[in-house]
Amino acid sequence: MAGTALRGRLTWQLAKVSAVCDETASVRTIMLDVPDWPGHEAGQHLDVRLTAEDGYVAERSYSIASAPGEPVAITVERLDDGEVSPYLTDELRAGDELELRGPIGGYFVWGPGDGGPLLLLAGGSGIVPLRAILRHRERTGSAVPVRLLYSSRSLDDVIYQAELDRPAPGVEVIHTLTRHQPPGWAGYARRVDAALLGEVAWPAASMPLTYVCGPTSFVEAVSQALVQSGYPPLRVKTERFGATGGT
Amino acid sequence: MSPLSRGFHRRRQDPGENAGRIPPGQYLVKDFPVLSAGPTPHTALDRWSFSVGRGGQQKTWSWDEFRALPSQDVTVDIHCVTKWSKLDTAWQGVSVDTLLDLAGQDGPFAMAHCDGGYTTNLPVADLTGGKAWVAYAYGGQPLEPEHGGPARLLVPHLYFWKSAKWVRSLELRDTNDPGFWENYGYHIYGDPWREQRYAGD
Repeated sequence: MAGTALRGRLTWQLAKVSAVCDETASVRTIMLDVPDWPGHEAGQHLDVRLTAEDGYVAERSYSIASAPGEPVAITVERLDDGEVSPYLTDELRAGDELELRGPIGGYFVWGPGDGGPLLLLAGGSGIVPLRAILRHRERTGSAVPVRLLYSSRSLDDVIYQAELDRPAPGVEVIHTLTRHQPPGWAGYARRVDAALLGEVAWPAASMPLTYVCGPTSFVEAVSQALVQSGYPPLRVKTERFGATGGT
Repeated sequence: MSPLSRGFHRRRQDPGENAGRIPPGQYLVKDFPVLSAGPTPHTALDRWSFSVGRGGQQKTWSWDEFRALPSQDVTVDIHCVTKWSKLDTAWQGVSVDTLLDLAGQDGPFAMAHCDGGYTTNLPVADLTGGKAWVAYAYGGQPLEPEHGGPARLLVPHLYFWKSAKWVRSLELRDTNDPGFWENYGYHIYGDPWREQRYAGD
């Protein structure tokens, strides 16, 4: 468990929103100018703090969508019963200030030295930290082979669609659309299960390094199927979200 | 004083009389979120055991032996470092006081070891005096694997990552060495009321 320990104190700082970009009807990327950002690793997250006029404060964590060395960006999915995410996706605009601290988390991270082959498994907005990993791989010139299996409800829900349509050499992107498929869709159209992983995942014998991120049900099903097919549990890193009643 | 976030308003219900039970930076949930670093282990009960040890000395219980130990029903509030809090969660388990007594062990610090390689460190003073349990039932049902079953540590007065899932042993130590998340920048102690989320908080 070689880790990159974070020992310094994480202080709140004021970032400025430099731009926002709608990824889907309910998902927005927020690009930030963070004057004293200490740098981050691909896969880490940060905490956001909002303060209302009456003094009410809300904090939430969001995965960092950008690669190390790129300006900090987060990608946020609106949860309609949420408190913070609708503010970030609907209200926040370029020029606004946002309190944040980070980076946080040193386990669900990847760098070229960690090797591969890489198996990236994303459910919905679980793609966000995996996108940071993909960009980091490309920016560092890593030749580690990658397969990304990305489960979305429909094509309209695919985040970073244009970027994923033009993967870097050595990266295979495989989509599955679980609820609605466009006419003529030739790709997968079902939930990720052991059979689908059997067709898509690297053989266990190649000792892949696996990152699974998505809702709890997705992560549980996928990681369980991988372990049953012989993937060593310690090379399967997971990050779960959702079922929390709000973000 | 934090700057105001233009256009941000409270949308969650005011916790009202429960406000005093919610540590700073936390919000209430009704469901029970799941967070862990790797795949959920599924250890068969006939291969499960629990140990308390120090150096070469170790006391080990099988599942049946462990279930035969005196247990307690406790209802507690829990607080996850990822910001959610859940009130009045009902557990059944064996008090760590009981386990240390039966093992005849003591020491200033403990490392909890779990299936899947996860560890977390705690002062023994936070595990004793009726403050911690090894819990195997939640809401009157056997604890589900994704929530840490067959058994997890329950230390409700600290952030919930200290309540290690799939716990298999408590190792007593002289030193307060960081466990898994503590090595990755999370706070060495983790008091939610002092908002000790990350190292240095």
